[in-house]
Amino acid sequence: MELGIYSFGDVQRDTATGELGSTAQATRNLLEAIQLADQVGLDYFGIGEHHTREMPASAATVILGAAAASTSTIKLGSAVTVLSTDDPVRVYQQFATLDAVSNGRAEITAGRGSSTESFPLFGQSLNDYDELYAEKLDLLLQINENETVTWSGKFRPALNDALVVPRPERGTLPIWLATGGNPHSSVRAGLLGLPISYAIIGGQAHRFSPLADLYRRAAEQAGHGPDKIKVSVASPGFVGEDARQAKDFFWTHWHAVMEQIGRIRGFAPPPRFHYDTEASGAGALFVGHPEEIAERIVTLHKSIGHQRQFFQTDVGQMPHRDFLRSIELLGTRVKPLVDAELGRRQPVPENDEAAHA
Amino acid sequence: MHKIAILGAGRVGTALARRALSAGFEVRVATSRPAADNAFMLQIVAPGAIAASAEEAIAESDIVVLALPLSKYRNLKPELLQGKIVVDAMNYWAPTDGTLAEFDGAASSSEVVQRFLKGARLVRSFNHLGYHEIEDAARPQGHAERRAMAVAGDDPQANPVVAAFVDRLGFDPVLSGGLASSRLFAGGTPVFGAAMTRSEMEDHLGLSSENLA
Ligand SMILES: NC(=O)c1ccc[n+]([C@@H]2O[C@H](COP(=O)([O-])OP(=O)(O)OC[C@H]3O[C@@H](n4cnc5c(N)ncnc54)[C@H](OP(=O)(O)O)[C@@H]3O)[C@@H](O)[C@H]2O)c1
Repeated sequence: MELGIYSFGDVQRDTATGELGSTAQATRNLLEAIQLADQVGLDYFGIGEHHTREMPASAATVILGAAAASTSTIKLGSAVTVLSTDDPVRVYQQFATLDAVSNGRAEITAGRGSSTESFPLFGQSLNDYDELYAEKLDLLLQINENETVTWSGKFRPALNDALVVPRPERGTLPIWLATGGNPHSSVRAGLLGLPISYAIIGGQAHRFSPLADLYRRAAEQAGHGPDKIKVSVASPGFVGEDARQAKDFFWTHWHAVMEQIGRIRGFAPPPRFHYDTEASGAGALFVGHPEEIAERIVTLHKSIGHQRQFFQTDVGQMPHRDFLRSIELLGTRVKPLVDAELGRRQPVPENDEAAHA
Repeated sequence: MHKIAILGAGRVGTALARRALSAGFEVRVATSRPAADNAFMLQIVAPGAIAASAEEAIAESDIVVLALPLSKYRNLKPELLQGKIVVDAMNYWAPTDGTLAEFDGAASSSEVVQRFLKGARLVRSFNHLGYHEIEDAARPQGHAERRAMAVAGDDPQANPVVAAFVDRLGFDPVLSGGLASSRLFAGGTPVFGAAMTRSEMEDHLGLSSENLA
């Protein structure tokens, strides 16, 4: 089982003055978080594209590029790239460049994304929400399979035998499809033979088990081998030495972000008892002490059979040191327990070194 | 009243299908795709649900639930829904639905939907519950944690039928009044997304005994 982190580049708030820190500082902090995640042996770090004052991670590949130079084994990806409002050619070039400078550690996770700030920013209409995504995903996948592309669509100029470089040395980039639980997305990922990433951010996590089953059966039907079929789970998570303290601490930050989102979307932020239910047992919030988190990951694995789980920790303007501490505990305390239970992931040979071995 | 049609097989549609199946209903599910395209998916995520065309699902069922994106409501065929009891679980949210002029500033989206579906007996419900709670939050009658579910409609015969459906699915139905009153549990109201007991919801909807007195 691979373990990791994802972040939207949350800006910290000064606990003494209550003032919001700078977006530049948050960006440097994010880089530091990735470096630590690598040092403590985590497998994956994903950056989720956002364009807000509180969550300024708008240019994931730049941060990941910097991280590539100062990390050694951690896989670097997006969680997610809002493909609908980007140019798939540019997305591919950037991630392929990241792949080159990181020696084959780059991944793309494509999704609709839950936030929509990028639409007005890049002049796209939300009325084209579904169509934009379908068209751009189609182009991205074609580019991944072919160095030169001939393609035409509605939302960007046609490509005629166009060369898209650099190319990944391992042939293609891993492109994951992110979904929030619409079953057709699971069928689609399965039929395409793409790895799937489930965003499980509320409710009971094992509710996604029939979807993972659907995904695998669709892949099987389309004749895709098991090597292509991978499931990851992304959920909120925070690890602390003491379960009670961790739950109380994360509650204030999680609640703050739920209030922000609730204000925008018009729903009431969930009360504490609701949080406590979801932060235990089969709930979607992985908050607690290392043994508890490891046990819950292993339990979820029994129903979903996922190969990777990664957590969003820095929410609601969490102080940076608490974010770092949680990363450290996830790598040094949770990971060994999960490995002991499920076995360590066999590193997949995928670059030169391995090929010569 | 034991046959249900669900239009939409997304997060809400499939969760409702499972919940209704386990409550003993016969469930047909239709989307904009041909039935055959949904059969495989339903077999796995909602075993027992029948993949159908919209025509067939509606014709065969006592209650039709609208669980499609509101932005697609104009693709519904009003003539198929004539005289049918139709539960509107849809919400308007411009950031994903796109801006739809007729809903911008409308007091309640259901009234706009009712005007389009002339002749349907529209009842709004289920819209204020997160899709992941349809199954997680359902409780048997009398359970201390049983949550309330608002129900609003203009057809006095349709309302109790939907209320009974809500009840069998594991929630305490709270009738708020005519379709116009559904604005009281739309997005942005304290009821939306909140876990409330029957009496808490009655308070929020202005139905408590003091208010009525
Ligand atoms: N998500 C929630 O927590 C929640 C809670 C309460 C209410 N709601 C409301 O419930 C509705 C559905 O939300 P969702 O989250 O389930 O959306 P979703 O996951 O995107 O699913 C939408 C479903 O509607 C289908 N559809 C599209 N056009 C259709 C048509 N003309 N006839 C029949 N089916 C059609 C889609 O399938 P095809 O495209 O293949 O046809 C898809 O299966 C929305 O109006 C939403 O506001 C959502």
